[in-house]
Amino acid sequence: MSGTISIRNLRKYYGAYEALRGIDLEIERGEVVCVIGPSGSGKSTLIRCINRLEDFEAESEIRVDGTPVIPGRSLAKVRAEVGMVFQGFNLFPHLSVRENVMLAPRRVRGTTRAEAAVQADRLLARVGITEQADKYPEHLSGGQQQRVAIARALAMEPQVLLFDEPTSALDPEMVGEVLDVMKSLAGTGVTMIVVTHEMGFARQVADRVIFMDAGEIIETGSPEQVLGQPQEARTRNFLSAVLNH
Amino acid sequence: MDFFDTFLNLAVLQRSLPMLLQGLWLTLQLGAASIVAGLIVGLIVAMLRMYAVAPVRIAMRMYIDVLRSIPLLVLLIVIYYALPFLGLRLSSFASALAALTLVSGAYTAEIFRAGIEAIPKGQFEAASALGLSPQRTMTDVVLPQAVRIVIPPLTNNSINVVKDTALASVVAMPDLLKQATQMQALTANPSPLIGAAILYIAFLWPLVLLVSYLERRFNSGRRV
Ligand SMILES: Nc1ncnc2c1ncn2[C@@H]1O[C@H](COP(=O)(O)OP(=O)(O)O)[C@@H](O)[C@H]1O
Ligand SMILES: [Mg+2]
Repeated sequence: MSGTISIRNLRKYYGAYEALRGIDLEIERGEVVCVIGPSGSGKSTLIRCINRLEDFEAESEIRVDGTPVIPGRSLAKVRAEVGMVFQGFNLFPHLSVRENVMLAPRRVRGTTRAEAAVQADRLLARVGITEQADKYPEHLSGGQQQRVAIARALAMEPQVLLFDEPTSALDPEMVGEVLDVMKSLAGTGVTMIVVTHEMGFARQVADRVIFMDAGEIIETGSPEQVLGQPQEARTRNFLSAVLNH
Repeated sequence: MDFFDTFLNLAVLQRSLPMLLQGLWLTLQLGAASIVAGLIVGLIVAMLRMYAVAPVRIAMRMYIDVLRSIPLLVLLIVIYYALPFLGLRLSSFASALAALTLVSGAYTAEIFRAGIEAIPKGQFEAASALGLSPQRTMTDVVLPQAVRIVIPPLTNNSINVVKDTALASVVAMPDLLKQATQMQALTANPSPLIGAAILYIAFLWPLVLLVSYLERRFNSGRRV
């Protein structure tokens, strides 16, 4: 059981545009890191590089538990160990809620159908979706869908969970139920990287807050430091824009 | 001239019926074989066209474009009459099967590609992030969703394949049309041709209705 992430000199280009300009970051096992910053600053790109949904420059290096995140056999290992929750849920619409959770254990781990079903029902109970296991995603509210997506990620028993603005697509009244599930995961030993605009969540749950702008980490520290006493002008501008809006 | 004696002469039709049914059976065999083979070719070509290394992708794209450009009749005649000069002599059934499969495969490949490209990127990303292999992502996540999108155009293509089997009569395959023209010559009466037309329509009209039904059903945006 581990879950360390080591990022060295991470550079990412979209064509000629440099979306990440040399990110260095070490994350410990079980740490909860919130990433904040203006739109377009590279937050999504950063976490999508960690499971290599985005390619990055050959000079850059990312390791998860010491395993380099490079195409090939080791990437399958990393992806099985790193779960991801998307802003748009991305549940599989042709599968029931339970089958959504069962798919990866069965197809990646070779778990039997019966075992996977038991595990799925346990995880769905954990995120409060017991009643809807046989329904299809389209019949669930946004908040319920996102909780299913979290259960689906948990089914692979990940060491690391990546969240890309998990509550940004939700109606306001459903934000809380998803954040509550995420809070319950913090402190269970799983490493969490959460891109979010929920400053309350960051203040309450994060071990560390990272402020990004223009493809760089501008400021990093405890929530009290970064959110309470930001040192950089860009952080202060961003926070005042977010908090006064 | 009596209309019924000329075009719907029951005595002639009765005499022709065994031959027409024989022809129909061959037409249906050729159609079914070409449809199935075309689906297999189309799926493989679509995969290579999208995911293979660049030279293969380009080759598949050329295959698709060339076979959608060539008139089916020309392709059939080339296969039946020109390939023997290269030492490859196919029966009329095999020639027709090859021509129909090659063309249907090209259209089917484009249908599959459109269906797969209609699946949102987030589905591929969610599957990859869970650790599913590219093959598993296809078979378990993408294709089950794409099938719903491609069934109406695939059914439509199948109708075209069955209709196009009539071209096989040109290379002397005793299909429905060929049998009808032969009986017409034999009886000096066009009724067998009308009989053949009615048989084609009887088989294909339900399929045409099915396409309309499927399109309505799949376009209503409901899960099936
Ligand atoms: N697929 C892409 N192609 C081209 N540019 C992209 C792509 N994805 C993101 N970008 C650009 O990279 C920058 C960082 O994007 P992103 O990581 O999504 O930012 P954030 O998540 O902080 O809003 C933005 O300027 C964005 O326009
Ligand atoms: Mg983003």
